[in-house]
Amino acid sequence: MNDMTPTSAERAEKLEGMGCKRKRVEDVRFVQGRGNYVDDLKLPGMLYGDFTRSPYAHARIKRIDTSKAKAVPGVLAVLTAADLKPLGLHYMPTLAGDVQAVLAEEKVLFQNQEVAFVVANERYAAADGAELVEVEYESLPVVIDPFRAMAPDAPVLREDLAGKTEGVHGARKHHNHVFNWQIGDRAATDAAFNKAEVAIKELISYQRVHPCPLETCQCVASFDKIKGELTLWGTFQAPHVIRTVASLISKIPEHKIHVIAPDIGGGFGNKVGAYSGYICAIVASIVTGRPVKWVEDRIENLSATAFARDYHMTTEIAATKDGKVTGLRVYTLADHGAFDACADPSKWPAGFFNIVTGSYDFPTAHVEVDGIYTNKAPGGVAYRCSFRVTEAAYCIERAMDILAQKLGMDPAELRMKNLIRREQFPYTSALGWEYDSGDYHTALNKAMDTVGYKALRDEQKTKQEAFRRGETRDLMGIGVIFFTEIVGAGPSRNCDILGIAMFDSAEIRIHPTGSVIARLGTKSQGQGHETTYAQIIATELGLKADNITVEEGNTDTAPYGLGTYGSRSTPVSGAATAMAARKIKAKAQMIAAHLLEVHDDDLEWDVDRFTVKGNPERFKTMTELAWAAYHGVPPGMEPGLEAVSYYDPPNMTYPFGAYICVVDVDVDTGMTKIRRFYALDDCGTRINPMIIEGQIHGGLTEAFAIAMGQEIRYDEIGNVMTASLMDYFLPTAVETPHWETDWTTTPSPHHPIGAKGVGESPNVGGVPCFANAVNDAFGFLGSTHIAMPHDQWRTWTVAENLGLHA
Amino acid sequence: MAKIQIAMTVNGEAVEALAEPRTLLIHFLREQLNLTGPHIGCDTSHCGACTVDLDGKSMKSCTVFAVQASGAEIRTIEGMAAADGTLHALQEGFREMHGLQCGFCTPGMIVRAYRLLQENPNPTETEIRFGIAGNLCRCTGYQNIVKAIQYAAAKLNGVPLQEAAE
Repeated sequence: MNDMTPTSAERAEKLEGMGCKRKRVEDVRFVQGRGNYVDDLKLPGMLYGDFTRSPYAHARIKRIDTSKAKAVPGVLAVLTAADLKPLGLHYMPTLAGDVQAVLAEEKVLFQNQEVAFVVANERYAAADGAELVEVEYESLPVVIDPFRAMAPDAPVLREDLAGKTEGVHGARKHHNHVFNWQIGDRAATDAAFNKAEVAIKELISYQRVHPCPLETCQCVASFDKIKGELTLWGTFQAPHVIRTVASLISKIPEHKIHVIAPDIGGGFGNKVGAYSGYICAIVASIVTGRPVKWVEDRIENLSATAFARDYHMTTEIAATKDGKVTGLRVYTLADHGAFDACADPSKWPAGFFNIVTGSYDFPTAHVEVDGIYTNKAPGGVAYRCSFRVTEAAYCIERAMDILAQKLGMDPAELRMKNLIRREQFPYTSALGWEYDSGDYHTALNKAMDTVGYKALRDEQKTKQEAFRRGETRDLMGIGVIFFTEIVGAGPSRNCDILGIAMFDSAEIRIHPTGSVIARLGTKSQGQGHETTYAQIIATELGLKADNITVEEGNTDTAPYGLGTYGSRSTPVSGAATAMAARKIKAKAQMIAAHLLEVHDDDLEWDVDRFTVKGNPERFKTMTELAWAAYHGVPPGMEPGLEAVSYYDPPNMTYPFGAYICVVDVDVDTGMTKIRRFYALDDCGTRINPMIIEGQIHGGLTEAFAIAMGQEIRYDEIGNVMTASLMDYFLPTAVETPHWETDWTTTPSPHHPIGAKGVGESPNVGGVPCFANAVNDAFGFLGSTHIAMPHDQWRTWTVAENLGLHA
Repeated sequence: MAKIQIAMTVNGEAVEALAEPRTLLIHFLREQLNLTGPHIGCDTSHCGACTVDLDGKSMKSCTVFAVQASGAEIRTIEGMAAADGTLHALQEGFREMHGLQCGFCTPGMIVRAYRLLQENPNPTETEIRFGIAGNLCRCTGYQNIVKAIQYAAAKLNGVPLQEAAE
């Protein structure tokens, strides 16, 4: 090789493959205002739909009069349940096996429930019409408190389920009961508690929140009567599933439905499910023969589509007196709202809540979950987390701190003592998961060393003494957590949605000149897929990332996939991408052998080329092989160079991390200040460190919002009190803390490139870390568990109740 | 409702269109003028996704009727790059420093930052954080947005650029 030939390392760098902080491809259009979001779409003759919604949380509909609405200039149609019922469309199936009213027929079951859909030739006219639909209601008793929903005399909410004693997940034990789900060894767990030297028990509630992406849910439906075809543009995290659901509901054959998810302005779980607006826009387009746009406003978004959490977890840990955990028992009341529109894999009514043993070596555990109906918005989506994983992480991480407090142990020391050890992986948890890989002690040690944990505890002790002496009114809290996520749903043996296995897909086509188009079954909502998938292909195939176009969201062109949520894109579609690339590489190797007149086995791969073993001057680059694939393939081989992979993951992946937070609390004002937040994440192989860091910043900020202020709160008659950004906390740049990020790398042994997924880890780990910090500030004064959110008023109240204002 | 003729200057061009007196500026820009860069995120003037520059001030265009902007000079994200397509230092900075993810808040954020740097060409981190507090972002946690604005400020002030985003 002469001196002019670039080295392997130089050639690899030019590819901008895995591990490179590649600048994002998407940004070029976004920074110029040239993104293409649903509401940017304008079609000839397009109409606008708007909902008339219920002011009541529970009421009987006595009469609906649409005449005044229909008289508004520009209004073309008003749909009510009476119009949808003959079509069988007044109810739609939910992902959780329940049904949900598209438009309310006889009763409304939550405030802002959809009652009528007004279609007009202009956005403002539709809103005028929606105001003028007259609905006469007879109010009914309201059930808001989940702890009262299953009282024997509680009002019957779901009259449509009268007499149904069996749900899709087994027996219903009460008229407001959805399901009961249990896992683990109850007898062994009870036995562990019977002989426990120490035990704690606490009701740990995770309040109802909402993902609140900056772009709300929206769609445009356009039905072509001549062709009998429907095109549906929408904010869909899972466009292929939406197409299947739309086909099943509308009876339009699936090949005649074209679902397109263009650029999406954030999702965070909000845009997984199917909503009334989609169905109504489709029906309205069929009825009017014109395209119909539906765009949710922010109040509708916060009050009607896709809440998250509302989990009430009675948690018990059994332990020895020196701090070894011996058993975990959790009973959860899960408030699903008026309809069970929970977005979970079919067999998992409580998601993967059984990851609740966390990062600790529990010999035995038992979990029981009762899902219930209340007069609140339907849903139960995973807000920036895998299914119910953030609930589980909050539960176990709070409980470990409560146990540490009872034992008088440092919470980090208690964790160190119980973390699963490196040599135990692959590790089967007491609740049935097989954790793929981990090196927990190394991660926690690194975190504690980096922040100077011992010095922080010393400082805290000094401050506590000063506080007791009356020399300061500030308390210092240190939150430490260790989380294990379960993401990448999932293996077909236990994960499906509506019966469709949760594989995902990638199709890669190499053009003659060596540039590439790749299409995937997932859908970015800001994660940067156009950038990162190209990096995987660049490394696998030795082609420059800049010459690779990544496309998602068009169900006509992309292979079928289950979409982006639960941090599944990298674990599943990222794997499919590598597998498809390897199929291409295998074919390219045969072409190379043919051209170089050697046996396949005499070739070796070097960054971007196949070279003859022992004779590196003889080589064919992937770009040359791409050209050859279209004109010089070996005899008997098909021309062309492309491959598709449908990847059924053998297991989930288990990202983990150690987070530490330092908070200062002013007991007189209740104001909290996050002094420091350090996050160490291990997501296995890192594809783009810049994007990983961005994901962690964003997830931590959402965790900060949840822990410190977010709550979808209802009054006792079911008025939603926090349905606009006036009342629902989204942190600004001023409140948001500075983030310190760090990492270790423990690849997943079963993933083709060892990657685990990262987008949701910071939300899963962040929430308990803030909560533990606030709790830790008050712990030495005798407080055991303070419920979230830790806003100023609640924090002041804690101080008040501890007598600190006397 | 009867429509009225509204004229203004947008991104340096004189424009005229019909709109109802109640038409919000954001809808006028997006639907009459097809400038879909500014977005709608909240309806209550909290999120700032609809921010435009109006007569030398940052303005949430969902809080203004189009008719109130008659005769005004408006700049939207579409008017930030130079005529030859060269990106503004802020647009470059947002990409360099990974100051955006889903891109929905970005047009408003950049237009707001443009006015901030006009008013204060060399802001501290705290001044930047206060200066963009009217614009919400759900993706980035703001840290890289702050860096992006610092990058642009440095470039516009002709000082050496800091290292790219982590």
